[in-house]
Amino acid sequence: MKVSREYPAAPPVRALREVSLRVERGEHLAIVGPSGSGKSTLLNVVGLLDRPTSGGYRLDGVETTTLRDGARTRLRGGRIGFVFQSFHLLPHRSVLENVMLAEIYGGRPRRGRRERALAALERVGLGHRTGFAPDRLSGGERQRAAIARALLGGPSLLLCDEPTGNLDSRNTEAVLDLFGELREQGLTIVVITHEQEVSERAGRRVRITDGVLVEEE
Amino acid sequence: MHVRDLAGEAVAGLLARPVRTALTTLGTVLGITTLVVTLGVAATAGNQIVGRFDELAATAVTVEVPESTTGAPVVTWDAVERLTRLRGVESAAAVADAVEGANVSVRSNALVDPARVTTHALTVLAATTGLPGAARGRMTLGRFYDEGHVRRGDRVAVIGEEAARMLGITRLDRAPAIFVGGHAYTVLGVLGDLRRERNLSAAVILPPTAGRRFGLREVTRVLVNTSLGATDLIARQAPAALSPGAGDLLQVIAPPSPARARDAARDDADALFLILGLVSLVVGALGIANVTLVTVMERVQEIGLRRALGAARRHVAAQFLLESTLIGLAGGVIGASLGVVAIVAVSAVQQWTPLLDVRLAIAAPLAGALVGLLAGLHPAWRAARMEPVDALR
Ligand SMILES: Nc1ncnc2c1ncn2[C@@H]1O[C@H](COP(=O)(O)OP(=O)(O)OP(=O)(O)O)[C@@H](O)[C@H]1O
Ligand SMILES: [Mg+2]
Repeated sequence: MKVSREYPAAPPVRALREVSLRVERGEHLAIVGPSGSGKSTLLNVVGLLDRPTSGGYRLDGVETTTLRDGARTRLRGGRIGFVFQSFHLLPHRSVLENVMLAEIYGGRPRRGRRERALAALERVGLGHRTGFAPDRLSGGERQRAAIARALLGGPSLLLCDEPTGNLDSRNTEAVLDLFGELREQGLTIVVITHEQEVSERAGRRVRITDGVLVEEE
Repeated sequence: MHVRDLAGEAVAGLLARPVRTALTTLGTVLGITTLVVTLGVAATAGNQIVGRFDELAATAVTVEVPESTTGAPVVTWDAVERLTRLRGVESAAAVADAVEGANVSVRSNALVDPARVTTHALTVLAATTGLPGAARGRMTLGRFYDEGHVRRGDRVAVIGEEAARMLGITRLDRAPAIFVGGHAYTVLGVLGDLRRERNLSAAVILPPTAGRRFGLREVTRVLVNTSLGATDLIARQAPAALSPGAGDLLQVIAPPSPARARDAARDDADALFLILGLVSLVVGALGIANVTLVTVMERVQEIGLRRALGAARRHVAAQFLLESTLIGLAGGVIGASLGVVAIVAVSAVQQWTPLLDVRLAIAAPLAGALVGLLAGLHPAWRAARMEPVDALR
């Protein structure tokens, strides 16, 4: 992809400046950079939640910037899993229901959904909290619930915005181990992080500063 | 997206804020209740009034004929013939029942039973041959005189049931005769089961040609029975048909038509309540629209999340539309139930038979749902229009 994104303001905010990035299938990429540098903006473009102001973005060989909203939505729903910086778990719904939500818009069958959701929760170590309301979970537990939800749709690309920001070192370790496992299964993972530990575990690291992306060793 | 998932999400969305949802239904409840009660009570009351107008009373027309001042009769005996030809007239008869005919002494020639009073003071009147039909009676014995008898001036009579009992006439095979004011008449039949002009039961009825002797020269009354609904028309046409020259001298007595009776039930108050109900519905719709819009704004992040999880715009729109429709439907169901209870209560107090129209009971919840659906259009459109990235911020 090679994209720019400007936010209309006076003067316009150039959140991404001709960012050029290629991610291979099965790659584990870490995006680092100071706050306000454009990391989330990049992730939104990659996740088809946002359209770049200029440039092109191909996902699995499909040029996405010219696609209509419906086609982008299908791609997004079918291939991409999100773990948001602020989780976005629905209050009033149990953890299990929140995770199951990931499957209702695809064509996947209703049968077995609960079992798949329980398995995903088990995988992130939340098997004992399935009936809880999100507001009764700790920050780390919420984050893991969000990861379980992202995994349920069976995505091929996992986008995480600070997935371990609220986790202690032991839980961070567990999540990173999980990422390692997923990667071995062929999942492409893009992670935004501040943490040295997380970026070190990634196979590749890029840094954004004021909307300019540079590869790091 | 599976319909059951859509329904599940909508219901969950509503149940997340149960109090708000309940309050939002209130406007619709009020509107639907008002409409159901107004329509239901009007129908019930209308039915009562119409019910009291049985067919007999609703189709009986009487034309009173004044005494002539010029010497020429206002209505001639053969005028009834013209009246009968009008469309809508089922039966008609002209009657002369002047004071001269009252209290004429009548005696039968039945074997004199010494213990019995055999002379009675009875009413004598003259009538055309259509009388049994016009009086809604039936010949319990024998037959009525026909045009032949009238033309020839035969001395025949028909007596009412009560008169027959008084005179001791129970069979006609020996051609019993009665003496009316001293003149002998052969009894041709007995007229009974009268549902109109019941006083004919104690009368002696003579052909017009025979009645002259008793001063029954001019037609004093015309009895008409119309088909249902033709009353108004016949009441208007009868005078001209009976008396082409002096129709306006005639006095027509017609029952209020059933249409008018029903109109009366649906008076101004009902119209007012209908408007009130409709206004409540509109207010209810605005309420739903407003609250749904607020809900959409509160749930922007949820919308963003759903879009991220693969929800298309139409999925988002469908969910909010369904939520508002369900609110309307709930309001409709509750309103219809309350309305029916109110109709039954009002009927019980008024001692009416409640008239519950099934169509109303079905239409009311549907109307509520429609209100909800319409109210949800704008909020749903707003929700669907959001860009996922903006919604997730
Ligand atoms: N809708 C918007 N309108 C105007 N400016 C915006 C908008 N969204 C983001 N920005 C600006 O774009 C820049 C990049 O924002 P972005 O959210 O990508 O930062 P970030 O790298 O994710 O920061 P953080 O690490 O704090 O999450 C910021 O300067 C921000 O103020
Ligand atoms: Mg960010």
